Amino acid sequence: MATTRAIKLRVNGADYEGTAEARKTLVDFLREDLGLCGTNIGCEHGVCGACTILMNGETVRSCLMLAVQAEGAELMTVEGLAKATGELHPIQEAYREKHGLQCGFCTPGFLMTTYELLQKNPDATVDEMKEWLSGHLCRCTGYQDILESVKLAASRLRGE
Amino acid sequence: MKPARFDYYDPRSLEEALELLQKHQADSKILAGGQSLMPLLNMRLARPKVIVDINRIDGLNSVKSWNGGISIGARVNQRALEREKQVAERLPILREAAQHIGHPQIRSRGTVCGSLAHADPAAELPALALALDAEFVATGPKGARTIPSDSFFVSYFTTSLEPNEILTEVRFPGSPKGMAWSFLEISRRHGDFALAGVVAGLAVDPGRRSITGARLVCFGVGPTPVRVKEAEEALIGQPAGEKSFHAAAEIVSRGVDPDNDVHASADYRRSVAGTLVRRALLQVWQKLGGK
Repeated sequence: MATTRAIKLRVNGADYEGTAEARKTLVDFLREDLGLCGTNIGCEHGVCGACTILMNGETVRSCLMLAVQAEGAELMTVEGLAKATGELHPIQEAYREKHGLQCGFCTPGFLMTTYELLQKNPDATVDEMKEWLSGHLCRCTGYQDILESVKLAASRLRGE
Repeated sequence: MKPARFDYYDPRSLEEALELLQKHQADSKILAGGQSLMPLLNMRLARPKVIVDINRIDGLNSVKSWNGGISIGARVNQRALEREKQVAERLPILREAAQHIGHPQIRSRGTVCGSLAHADPAAELPALALALDAEFVATGPKGARTIPSDSFFVSYFTTSLEPNEILTEVRFPGSPKGMAWSFLEISRRHGDFALAGVVAGLAVDPGRRSITGARLVCFGVGPTPVRVKEAEEALIGQPAGEKSFHAAAEIVSRGVDPDNDVHASADYRRSVAGTLVRRALLQVWQKLGGK
């Protein structure tokens, strides 16, 4: 039993260590303890998708996990997309070109979902894209531009 | 920091987990995928003193063949229903219905057993378990017992599991020979909990004339998933087709007793339940080669 624990994990290929109360959510730990503030916190009950990250290669809601549960896990957050030189990932480029964002609050989550979808299914159909994007809320774009961004990212990643 | 303070345990064995539950009883909560429990903790609607996280327990994470169907361990996530070959081969209806459970980002963590133990009356898996005659393996300090699906769901968010028991496995038997299935639900947004939904099973004689078996389970229309036996019985012996399906739908609309809430009125839910039953039966009938 412990109310506070040491946590070791990998995020975007780098090792991190920290200490957290057991009740601390993973998203709070990423932002407050590891200083990775790219992941946003929206509804905090799994509905909005803003806090979506990759854990061991699969998208998860980081507000619906305790930080202690990520002990030993391999995470990827939005900070892991662009190169260290600042060059954007093709998915980010596509969102920029197709106006897949306005205020940008929901964008980190959308990007991570797009990343997992196109990694696993480079030839995703429009219906599959919609099914995956349905796990995210955006109050600005009306979604159509996001869909166009995913389509463009998919064709670029396929080398078209 | 959203959740209230709790003591956190992540035991490495089932025995250890059971000891913790035995000691802390109703003060404790089991954490598996967390897709229902974590929102309750974050909003402080639940304030358990003790969290028993079962994610570090070896085992409990396999999908196995069982009795022509499949058994699913406590830690198996809902994506497994889409991923596992055995599910697609033996009980394709589970795979079809899984796409209605939350979103891919939820199904990556949410577990099959967790959703069943949570027993949200508008959730998909409890209705599937009831329709498919699943059995539940509850493991407690004295060992395991098996609970049939018709006595597992007690009321809203309430099952016959004891506070010192873990739902270690759910077993879905193979579908009866000749039975085909359909799953439909209506929700405001894709991935939301259903306003109403239905799992429908149908079997017809080899000449594809009359109905020899029927199973109708509705959800979102009462405190637990509801099997409408009267409508099933009305179908037996009837010729498959729009007329008999319509009659069954009428019985369902009359027979279910949903609540009014902010999402939909009771009348609307009754109407939707009937309509979905009719559509689902037509869909199964098509799967069976009917027109």
